[in-house]
Amino acid sequence: MATKTPKRGKKAARGKKAQNLTLPAGEETEPVNMESMGHPEIYPLVLTTKTQEIFKCRVEEDVTDEQPYKLINKETFFEDFKNRGPISDFYPVKKIIQEYPGEELLLVYDKDFKYGLNFYLIGTEEGKENYLNPPEVPEEQEEHKDYISEELYIYKPPVSKPWVSLGSEKEIEEESVKESTKQIRYMISRKRSRFGAPIKFSDQNASYVKDAYIECTAYPDKNFTLKQLEKDISMQVVPEIKDMSTQTKWTYPKNATTQYYPREFSEKEKKVLQQSKPLADFLESVSVSVEIALQQNEITNTFIDDWKSLAEDEGMFGDKSDTHLKEYQSFTDLHSPTEKMITCVSWHPTIYGLIAVSVAERLSFEERVHFSGKLLLQPSLILFWSFSDPIHPQLMLESPDDIFCFKFCPSDPNIIAGGCINGQIVMWDITAHADRIENIKSGGSRSKKAVLKPMFILEPDSNKEAMYIRHCAVSSIENGHKKVITDIHWLPDTFEINRVGSVFENRNGICCQLVTCSADCTVCFWDIRPQKPSTPQPTEKKKEESIEIPFDVPSTFLHLDLSWKPISKEGEVIYTDWKMERDPETGRLTTKKPVSLYTVHDGAVHTVQRSPFYNDIILTIGGWNVAIWKENVMSGPLLQSCCAPKRYTSGHWSLTRPGVFYIGREDGYVDIWDLLEKTHEPALSQNICITMITYIKPWTFSSKQQFIAIADYYGTLHILEIPWTLSRPSTNEMSSVNHYFEREVKHLDYVEQRKIIREEEKNEMELEKEKKKVKTYQKSKEQIEAELKADYESYLELEKSVLIHLGLIKLSEKMSYIDL
Amino acid sequence: MVNVGSPPAPRRSEGADRLGPSLPGSRAVPGRGEEVEETLKRIQSHKGVIGNMVVNAEGIPIRTTLDNSTTVQYAGLLHQLTMKARSTVRDIDPQNDLTFLRIRSKKHEIMVAPDKEYLLIVIQNPCE
Repeated sequence: MATKTPKRGKKAARGKKAQNLTLPAGEETEPVNMESMGHPEIYPLVLTTKTQEIFKCRVEEDVTDEQPYKLINKETFFEDFKNRGPISDFYPVKKIIQEYPGEELLLVYDKDFKYGLNFYLIGTEEGKENYLNPPEVPEEQEEHKDYISEELYIYKPPVSKPWVSLGSEKEIEEESVKESTKQIRYMISRKRSRFGAPIKFSDQNASYVKDAYIECTAYPDKNFTLKQLEKDISMQVVPEIKDMSTQTKWTYPKNATTQYYPREFSEKEKKVLQQSKPLADFLESVSVSVEIALQQNEITNTFIDDWKSLAEDEGMFGDKSDTHLKEYQSFTDLHSPTEKMITCVSWHPTIYGLIAVSVAERLSFEERVHFSGKLLLQPSLILFWSFSDPIHPQLMLESPDDIFCFKFCPSDPNIIAGGCINGQIVMWDITAHADRIENIKSGGSRSKKAVLKPMFILEPDSNKEAMYIRHCAVSSIENGHKKVITDIHWLPDTFEINRVGSVFENRNGICCQLVTCSADCTVCFWDIRPQKPSTPQPTEKKKEESIEIPFDVPSTFLHLDLSWKPISKEGEVIYTDWKMERDPETGRLTTKKPVSLYTVHDGAVHTVQRSPFYNDIILTIGGWNVAIWKENVMSGPLLQSCCAPKRYTSGHWSLTRPGVFYIGREDGYVDIWDLLEKTHEPALSQNICITMITYIKPWTFSSKQQFIAIADYYGTLHILEIPWTLSRPSTNEMSSVNHYFEREVKHLDYVEQRKIIREEEKNEMELEKEKKKVKTYQKSKEQIEAELKADYESYLELEKSVLIHLGLIKLSEKMSYIDL
Repeated sequence: MVNVGSPPAPRRSEGADRLGPSLPGSRAVPGRGEEVEETLKRIQSHKGVIGNMVVNAEGIPIRTTLDNSTTVQYAGLLHQLTMKARSTVRDIDPQNDLTFLRIRSKKHEIMVAPDKEYLLIVIQNPCE
């Protein structure tokens, strides 16, 4: 208990009353005092309410804040001791009270529990005096300080005072370190000579030598064994875990396929089922609702958005009434010494504003032969013009002879194939210059050193100067056409055709085959891929096959699709299939016979073109008129225009409007036909130049800008802008034009039928006539007989009268006759 | 000629009616075959009808006006779709049943008239 008290005293909190109550009870040890706090005279106590009543020191009644103490007589204490004995609250301090010198003791109410309990007793007179009359020094000192701050400070040297023990020496004693045990002193001596002698160390096994070491082995000392009677263990429940592993059997991968086919009934079964009653009943019950539904659809289309279809066009761009082609730009090659004409025009498929033009000499055949020497010196060119530079062509492709037609490869716009006047096919590859011409629009002021490739010859660089590019592949003269190549086309990149003529699907996705037709009545298919066995020239083309057309009129243009139509000079249009068949007799490969032959145009047909909107509508232009055909309609053209005043020399469908096409005339006029406006004459006719128009090619760049390139005989290329009205289709133009074509087809059918009817009628009429003739013939036969008879009778009469006259027959006889 | 005495209103799931007095399907009656022909021809002659076909309950075509591959494809697909549609309707309300199915697409409209044993499929192009 003694050790615990200081700690307890320092705890200023409410304290552990419970502890306090238990401890003092029944112990005759020293009373608790506050020596540790420096007040050895203070004895804290707990006084119960009973005690408080006895001693009249009840809280808040007898002892208050103003007077928290009470002086109590010694005798009162003794009485209490007598009465209550050990249970008295003052029992622990009984000794102090007995030894107290004075008569009255001071009991102070410790409201703040300064000493840990609610009351404390002061055990010395001094303490009492101190408490009752607290020294005034602190107050004086405070006053003194206030007072002095205004006066000068007078130095008072410190006066030594006797030291008053406040308990600190005890602490110092406790803290100071003292030697607890006496130090042992040893003195060791040896002979002097032994010191400093050389020493030799050696190893020795300690366990062999006796007494080489002394050990203190550890031994369990019973005094220090502790038996652990209690142990803190924690436990956790875990589920039972088992580790297991498996492995699947690895089998090698195998390709497996399944194929299925649908279940079907045989014909017999179908027939049986169709006759069955359940089916008939079913149909009867179901047909009503089906017919209602069908009729609903016929009456009206309930899903049409009327609001949307009410609108005509979106906001018009440009003047609505402007229907003329506006001149945009025109290009002429000013460098060439001789007069040239443009034979073919093609827009670059991807780059905006780039157009290629093939120029040829404007000479007839005899003149060509005449000037052949001079012509060899001048290069034949394809010129590339760009919108940004109307004077200098951007690129010039050289070829061995005049090019009559050329085309960009659809899958790679850097490859161009052209057909020459001498029957050769020439190819160029402009990949090296592709980026140059792509950036033409930016002004062309970059000086970029082009990388030289061995195939190309470049002129010394100055940006304004156009590049001459030589061809990279040429067909051989012996294997190619003999006459001028009139048209050339790339096979679309889904087709491929082999030697036999059957069509394959092209896996490469790039165009690799060409078709050409020429004036020597042949059509050739070319493949531009290198042959399988390595040849010295990897880009030599190999000829696949050639189809001989079994008539001796030269063919002009052709337009390619799955089954094509070559055209003849005499204006005939032939429709054939290009499959090759084996002639069973001779074993040679021949083409099929042409299916049908029409003479429609009275001049050379030079344009055949499929409509870009309908797969089976074809436009043919030649001579003095135009015709529109539909495939599989064999009876004739859907539309055939009447003869125009001037020859038509070129033409093209419009790219955006299904019913519009452009035709160029030989007097420099462009006729614009609109099938929805007028079908008997062009809707608009506009003068472009003074000479014959050789080629027309429209091109769309965006929905708002459409150009048409018109090339003329004098070598000038005109670019015109197509106005809004001509480029923008109306909302249902396609269906209207479709209707028109259908009507025309029906009309043709009707005409056919009429023809048949007329034939029949004619036959009938003939038959009738025949019949009539027969009848009259019969009639006259009878008549003749009757007449004969009548004649005979009259003759008899005559005979008789003559005889009577002669008197050879008597009157009586006569009378008998008369009687008769 | 045997006249089927039921009124022309569509009747559903009353197979007993039909199966009762009806004869097994193998008995061939010439009049019925003609009726079937006539009905189908009438349907085909409506404006815009591209084709029609009669398919049995398992999706095997019985009679059609289109070519074989197209027929088989339509039959298979529409049969499954009809089954699905019917089961949907019946799941929501078991007392209900599918009477007609119309599928409208951009190009044409497919009409399916289902029954216990057969399906009549008509394809029509409704736009003028």
